[in-house]
Amino acid sequence: MSNDKRPGDLKYTKSHEWARIEEGEAWIGISDFAVEHLSDLTFLDLPEVGEEVSAGESFGEIESVKAVADLNAPLSGEVVEVNTELADNLEMLAESPFEKGWLIKIRMSAPSEAESLLGLEAYEEQIRKEEEEG
Amino acid sequence: MTYVPHTDEDRAKMLKAIGVDSVDDLFASLPDSVRLRAPLDLPPPVGEADLLRGMAARAGRNRADLVSFLGAGHYDHFIPPAVDALANRAEFYTAYTPYQPEISQGILQAFFEYQSMICEITGLEVSNASMYDGASALAEALVLCANAKKKRKRIVLSEGVHPEYRRVVRTYFRHLDVEVVEVPLRDGLCDPARLADQARGASGVAVQSPNVLGFIEDAASLIEPVHQAGGLFVSVVDPVSLGVLEAPGVQGADFAVGDGQPLGCPVSFGGPHFGFLAGRKAFVRKLPGRIVGATVDEENRRGFVLTFQTREQHIRREKATSNICTNQGLMALRAAVYLALLGPEGFSEVASESARKAHRLAEALKALPGFSLLHDAPFFREFPVSCPVPARRVVDRLVQAGYLAGVPLDALGAGPEEGLLVAVTENRTEAEIDGFVEALTKAFP
Amino acid sequence: MDHPTLFEKSRPGRRAHRPLGPGAAPSGEAPGIPEKARRQTPASLPALSELDVVRHFTALSRRNVGIDSTFYPLGSCTMKYNPKVNEAVASLPGFTRVHPYQPAGTAQGWLGLLKELEGFLAEIGGFHAVTLQPAAGAHGELTGLLLIRARHQEAGEDRRNIVLVPDSAHGTNPASCTLSGFKTRVLQSDKRGLVDVSDLEKKAGDDTAALMLTNPNTLGLFEEDVCRMAELLHDRGALVYMDGANLNALLGKARPGDFGVDVMHYNLHKTFSTPHGGGGPGSGPVGVAEGLADFLPVPRIVDRDGSLALWWDAPRSIGQVRSFLGNAGVALKAYAYLRRLGAKGLAETAEGAVLNANYLMARLKATYHLPFDRTCMHECVFSARPLVKKHGVRALDVAKGLIDRGFHPPTVYFPLVVPEALMIEPTETESRETLDAFVEALEDIARTAVSDPDALRAAPRTTPVGRLDEVRAVKEPRLRQT
Repeated sequence: MSNDKRPGDLKYTKSHEWARIEEGEAWIGISDFAVEHLSDLTFLDLPEVGEEVSAGESFGEIESVKAVADLNAPLSGEVVEVNTELADNLEMLAESPFEKGWLIKIRMSAPSEAESLLGLEAYEEQIRKEEEEG
Repeated sequence: MTYVPHTDEDRAKMLKAIGVDSVDDLFASLPDSVRLRAPLDLPPPVGEADLLRGMAARAGRNRADLVSFLGAGHYDHFIPPAVDALANRAEFYTAYTPYQPEISQGILQAFFEYQSMICEITGLEVSNASMYDGASALAEALVLCANAKKKRKRIVLSEGVHPEYRRVVRTYFRHLDVEVVEVPLRDGLCDPARLADQARGASGVAVQSPNVLGFIEDAASLIEPVHQAGGLFVSVVDPVSLGVLEAPGVQGADFAVGDGQPLGCPVSFGGPHFGFLAGRKAFVRKLPGRIVGATVDEENRRGFVLTFQTREQHIRREKATSNICTNQGLMALRAAVYLALLGPEGFSEVASESARKAHRLAEALKALPGFSLLHDAPFFREFPVSCPVPARRVVDRLVQAGYLAGVPLDALGAGPEEGLLVAVTENRTEAEIDGFVEALTKAFP
Repeated sequence: MDHPTLFEKSRPGRRAHRPLGPGAAPSGEAPGIPEKARRQTPASLPALSELDVVRHFTALSRRNVGIDSTFYPLGSCTMKYNPKVNEAVASLPGFTRVHPYQPAGTAQGWLGLLKELEGFLAEIGGFHAVTLQPAAGAHGELTGLLLIRARHQEAGEDRRNIVLVPDSAHGTNPASCTLSGFKTRVLQSDKRGLVDVSDLEKKAGDDTAALMLTNPNTLGLFEEDVCRMAELLHDRGALVYMDGANLNALLGKARPGDFGVDVMHYNLHKTFSTPHGGGGPGSGPVGVAEGLADFLPVPRIVDRDGSLALWWDAPRSIGQVRSFLGNAGVALKAYAYLRRLGAKGLAETAEGAVLNANYLMARLKATYHLPFDRTCMHECVFSARPLVKKHGVRALDVAKGLIDRGFHPPTVYFPLVVPEALMIEPTETESRETLDAFVEALEDIARTAVSDPDALRAAPRTTPVGRLDEVRAVKEPRLRQT
């Protein structure tokens, strides 16, 4: 269960990733909703420093016992840091998906992409819709 | 004849509950243009007694009485009757893949034991619960290597690998944008220099030992250069040979594959048998096939489950490591029973006795005028003989005397027409071996 | 320890089978094997007496369940009765003792019946030729896709690298595509539960190699527009592959070759009664239309002046997917089955399967949610979603509840197009009483979901183990004994 509240200053994607943008770089992770849906996380596959990621495309995978989900990049850029501590400590991701559970940090190559991301309100509306259908 | 139990009364009651007049109404969604109007053109049904009579007659059109010196991947080892008795228990053979572990602990535990035994004999850390056969196991292991080292675009096969296995590998790699290179043998063995040369830039290299000619390869000299070149090494092995030959894992191989037929499966005209695939534990997430693991339930009782399922097609779909679903479960069970009946001493005795008898026969054949060994290299229980006439003629003549003399190398695609691959197992008696030599002597004086 | 493994029961020095015969001592080291090639440490296999081994596996069998024990309504698995006469046939030494590389003249019994089986399957499916080589359905899928690829390649159309796959397809379908170098494009289902033909029209382009269809589909529904779809694909230069897992519904009623299918795999271990073996061995023969016959794997069984032989020299063949001819011993059982049934028996089999599935559907729809409420074929799919929403009882809990009531559960969570799916295929070999008992058990579970949902969430309670910790199995893997 996530201890973090959903931050208002982040950008979100429809596929439940978030981005914290700071001076040309972005921290990227997945939201509490995504983590809860996966439950029982077992494996995380992240890229290496130096690799390129593209907005809307997969940059890695997260696994639970019964499911695999792609991690989709909200923004394009070059990976400058990877949260290597998470691999052995997936509970940290579940407990703190917005803070300690960040996945990668990138140097953005196209900062204007942020404009097509969702704000907190829009993201929560999206979640409401999904829960009704699902 | 059908196995449908319904009486007319049953049918009437069921149709009434459904709310239709006839069974035919239930097929209304089939377009008229495709509905069959006439029965299929198949032979009329026969009763059980007639079926058994007829099939016995068919079986009679096979020569199953000949004393066999055939090998080339399928060997006539003795199968203790307890293997059939146990594997034929209906709770095993009429069961499905164990997706409901609570009611499948039997087969799951058997697979766990099988996996453990394969790891023991191959010296590797993780095994799956079987593949279709040795050939496809090799192909899938090499696909794994290619995916593990995606930037490298080649795999290498020694020509000592069984020709059918190589053909299956080529088929699997047809559209995978990876070059398949085959390295010829020299004097019946893999040439370390040539292999090392081709291994540069390869993701996976496969060498069979004993190789298709029966000769034992020098693994140490082959594995090291492959690793130095940054590739992965796949050993194709005969499981019975591991009773006396060193385990591939100990020699440094990354994977071991092979056909499990010699472990308790009848030759049965080529199948069903099973393939085994074992490897270093770093590769567990990439292994194809079912894997069984031990865990506990809420009351801390040990139980077994299919695990690492996120590798597999039912979850990962187009990103799965393989498409394998049904494997060869019952045959792996047979192998577990067989190995349990042999134990460590029996396992080593089958191997050493097979080797002893093979070497005795080889000496006797070498002494016959016109016959010699194709190459002078160490072998396990199979060896290629050079005959004074085309090997197929030898085979045909010896059938008449009651023997299956061997596999002609040219038919196998592994050697010249005078080459005959002769295999001996512990199941051949001394009298059979002597009789074979005598028959050859008489046929080719 | 409740159920020790072989290793835990091992006692050094215990023997069962003695390869050297009674009382014989090993004759020393095997000659001719170089020292450096020898095993330095013996394999640490368990050492037991024969009685130990027999009791061990007998005990294991009693902690396992097969069709012979209980009703097994797994969807798309066709868990029908495995006739014992087929087992008797397949164990005849005249079959089991024959080596694949014996001269063809000494294996005419085998070659003859395998060739005949190819012919029977071709007739049943409406195809020109059949290969028995693939060892399982998924293996057949791979083979079929390679055949399609070879055909396009020869016609200079190798740019066709897309296969269209319905969203209701079995996971092996897209996995097989990847293995054969194809990319998949998913087709939506329409509100009837069938492939949305307008989606197909949009997505079938000149990069399309094939449509991969299951018919009847995984909802148990016949793809009524199949002829139109096949025509559309053929017009656009693509081929039609059919996953034949659900062929039981069509035996003697319709032939896929007649409704435009170019390549299809059969599952002998489903439709043709050969046992599942706890996960194989199966057999996945592939049937093809005439234009694809030359690409079939080698070896082929050919008639040479009245005698059967193996033919390896087929230059356009895709090669081999498995050694030799395939799972011959499994094919033998299917052969025996077809000789017993005959054409009329096959049609009655399809009728019985469809009757049983519709009976279950009619009796259960008052109690469980039926997303597609119309005549089904050999299987039907219910959803446990209302139970989840009202009582927090999931399809998994229904399944475990059935175990406690003496049944093997149906397939759950597949097809993916139905949330909390319960996919039920009774097959034709089940009696009305068995089906009624199954209905009663499911009705009892529905009542328990209201009165005592915790009981279902704690099920099963009557089995050797309860629900197992699958997370721990992944996080702390124990995949071997030592």
